[in-house]
Amino acid sequence: MSDKHPPKHAAGEPGPGAEEATPAEDSTAAVVSVDTAGGAMGPSAVPATAQSGQLPGGPDTVLRRIFTGSGMVSVLAVLLALIIGGLLIASTDKQVATTSTYFFARPTDFLAAVWNAATRSYIALFQGSVFNPRGNSVAAQFAPFMETLTIATPLITAGLGVALAFRAGLFNIGAQGQIIVAGILAAWVGFALHLPVGLHLLLVLVAGIIGGAFWGGLVGVLKARTGAHEVILTIMFNYIALYFLRYLLNTPAFQRPGETNPISPILDPSAVYPQIFGTQYRLHLGFLLAIAATVLVWWLLNRSTVGFEFRAVGANPKAAQTAGINVSRSTILVMAIAGGLAGMSGVAQVAGTEKVLTDGVAATYGFDAITVALLGRSTPWGTFAAGLLFGAFRAGAVQMQIQTGTPIDIVLVVQSLIVLFIAAPPLVRAVFGLNPRRKKQARTAKSRKAATTGGAA
Amino acid sequence: MSTTVSSPRPGKPQPDSTASDTGPATISTKPVTWRTPVLLTFFGLIALVFFGLLAPNQTASFGISTGEDFFQLPALQVNAFAGGIVLSVLLLGLAGYAVYLKTKGRPAPGWLTVTFIVLFVAAFLIWVVGGARTPNISLAGLIAGSVTLAVPLVFGSLSGVLCERVGVVNIAIEGQLLGGAFTAAIVASMTQNPFIGLAAAAVAGAVVSMVLALFSIKYLVNQIIVGVVLNVLVSGVTGFLFSTVMQANKAQFNSPPGLDIIEIPVLSSIPIVGPILFRQSLVGYLMYIAVLVVWVGLFKTRWGLRVRAVGEHPQAADTLGINVNATRFWNVTLGGAVAGIGGSFFTLVAIDSFTKEISGGRGFIALAALIFGRWNPIGAFFAALLFGFADNLQSIVTIIGTPVPSQFMAMLPYLVTVLAVAGLVGRSRGPAASGIPYVKG
Repeated sequence: MSDKHPPKHAAGEPGPGAEEATPAEDSTAAVVSVDTAGGAMGPSAVPATAQSGQLPGGPDTVLRRIFTGSGMVSVLAVLLALIIGGLLIASTDKQVATTSTYFFARPTDFLAAVWNAATRSYIALFQGSVFNPRGNSVAAQFAPFMETLTIATPLITAGLGVALAFRAGLFNIGAQGQIIVAGILAAWVGFALHLPVGLHLLLVLVAGIIGGAFWGGLVGVLKARTGAHEVILTIMFNYIALYFLRYLLNTPAFQRPGETNPISPILDPSAVYPQIFGTQYRLHLGFLLAIAATVLVWWLLNRSTVGFEFRAVGANPKAAQTAGINVSRSTILVMAIAGGLAGMSGVAQVAGTEKVLTDGVAATYGFDAITVALLGRSTPWGTFAAGLLFGAFRAGAVQMQIQTGTPIDIVLVVQSLIVLFIAAPPLVRAVFGLNPRRKKQARTAKSRKAATTGGAA
Repeated sequence: MSTTVSSPRPGKPQPDSTASDTGPATISTKPVTWRTPVLLTFFGLIALVFFGLLAPNQTASFGISTGEDFFQLPALQVNAFAGGIVLSVLLLGLAGYAVYLKTKGRPAPGWLTVTFIVLFVAAFLIWVVGGARTPNISLAGLIAGSVTLAVPLVFGSLSGVLCERVGVVNIAIEGQLLGGAFTAAIVASMTQNPFIGLAAAAVAGAVVSMVLALFSIKYLVNQIIVGVVLNVLVSGVTGFLFSTVMQANKAQFNSPPGLDIIEIPVLSSIPIVGPILFRQSLVGYLMYIAVLVVWVGLFKTRWGLRVRAVGEHPQAADTLGINVNATRFWNVTLGGAVAGIGGSFFTLVAIDSFTKEISGGRGFIALAALIFGRWNPIGAFFAALLFGFADNLQSIVTIIGTPVPSQFMAMLPYLVTVLAVAGLVGRSRGPAASGIPYVKG
């Protein structure tokens, strides 16, 4: 794709502000050496950059950072993904197909059709997710944005869970299962127990968090005790949770009386999140809790001893162990907290958006959470922003499908391309001709440069 | 099984480093633990209580012959109670032997674990069928169906073997299967030729793999991340094209001609073995060939030695003049092609059209089969068969009506995998350099 630039620039993504002070090849060395401790130990499932969000690097001028830094790369990655998605939309458009038959006679027709097909879908996407100018009232015009926030809520909390595990060097694919188990417990407390207002909701929340933490912590225990790989364990646990949910929904304890479909009773009114902007929007208290969770995770990672241990284990488990950190305990704890965060998504689903338990309770939030965490570079606020973005995609895609007939699946394409491009900054820079190689730079870390004299090809 | 090329087992002469690759053996470098004996005893007791003492006093009947066989064998009749007791006593005997070996400081041999699993499955089967409303099933049908369901799993896990042996983690198996299924459907429909569809599926799987290779080898992006993202990407692209192109014109784009079942005369009429080995589609025969070729290739050829060297110790391989990243790139591509062929099974053999998410998470099961089979083509093949068996058993058991809820039967393969990964198999060790990008220097 980009043979122009030499492989030694093929770095993993350097953190914000890292790559100007340290040239690209230095970041490569840093990434690989942190990842594997010089090849001496097994690889962490997660690259150092995804774990730390920021690699050590010197200060930098603001302007340079904007133009070649990771912020710009992120924007360009989104742009590139949108362009490719637009081309995909255009490629199946009827008007484009018609005009392509006389492409050589009037190429402008063809290009206009391509532009129209892509922009029409994206405008519908925007109107369905942020602002709809055709709404009758201000409230109706901002309804799409409220919908975005509603859908972003479970994405943010589950994404935080995945991100937290990333930072501890664990690849948590199990958010899906954790959401399901949390949903089961929260829903049961919600419809089977009848408690006073306030206490009931609190108990629903606690039950959900415990459910998720249990399911996540179980993976942590198995990983710590037996050394089984968490990727396999979490994938399997997702399926086990799903089938368990399907089984429960066919038992009298969970199935709605008089119903043959696998669906639970509706949760008590005292057990659901209040809607924060009135009943015309679905947006519920869960969103505020998601903000609180983001703050909490930020504090945990950056200000607490436990979080420091997580990050130390993530960066280099052997060094952490040598330094006296109990790696097993960290693994179990981080998976439990990650599960608890995903559990909040389960609660947001059953007590906020859906108000019942079905076997689609987790939808694809658990898997989307992985891309959310990756896009957010595993930082709490990055994950929050990425959750909002993907929430907007999800909300807008529904409108897009209704208005323009573009299938929702395009969102999956754009989402995955964004993550793919963001993970490979050299590719994005090469596409946009922004490779920092072209500029003369001060080499600050000569010693580290020596570590990578060769290339990756 | 030697997951390591370089380190022979201590204290034990290693006659032939590849000879032990055919069956699951114990991992060498660790001291013998109590885990296997304890687990075997635990499962032996479960079998004794549930499959033996609590078994219904009903006769389970297993049909062996199908109408097409050239001689008919009578159906196997087993009293569920007696069968359960006998088998669970045998299981406990095996567990006792493992305990005895442990006290002598020796690990349980591979055959013991395998025999244990086979007997346990048999005891379970007798218990399930014995408790059913109509306690008879066709064993021949059960096994043949298992093999059929295992075909995409086998191809997927072979893809995993090829990638991981060379040091690239392949989480994108699901995407490769799905890409293969989609491409096979659309190309076979357009050309009305299933063989071109099959070839196109291989190409599609290879293309997905090339993206994996490009990003993980050239751009050093974490391999698991690329894999996860690729699965989403392929799911999105195929789903999008399905909704726009295929549904708009089903006749032209989504009605692939199927690959017929090819029966080998005479041989296909042998009871049980016949339908498994000699009554398959082209993809089914390719599966057997692929398993053998990959196994021979990896463990008996110079190419295989190089591949494994790159996967275990890339620096050493590089020193000896092997181009590490090129080897990785082409091996990953080859793995993708293999998975793509497996994907074509969905649309050219199993069902005659493509639907969204037709692979249904089987890529992840293939991944589990690969680890269960300890990164060995033959091990992965049998692990995939076990998963196919559980899958098939689930649907059959639902039909004959058992006390076990079908959801639990569906859960079984995943539970078994968790147990396998966490316990029975022990600390499974993949190729040493799997997942680590290689930067020369």
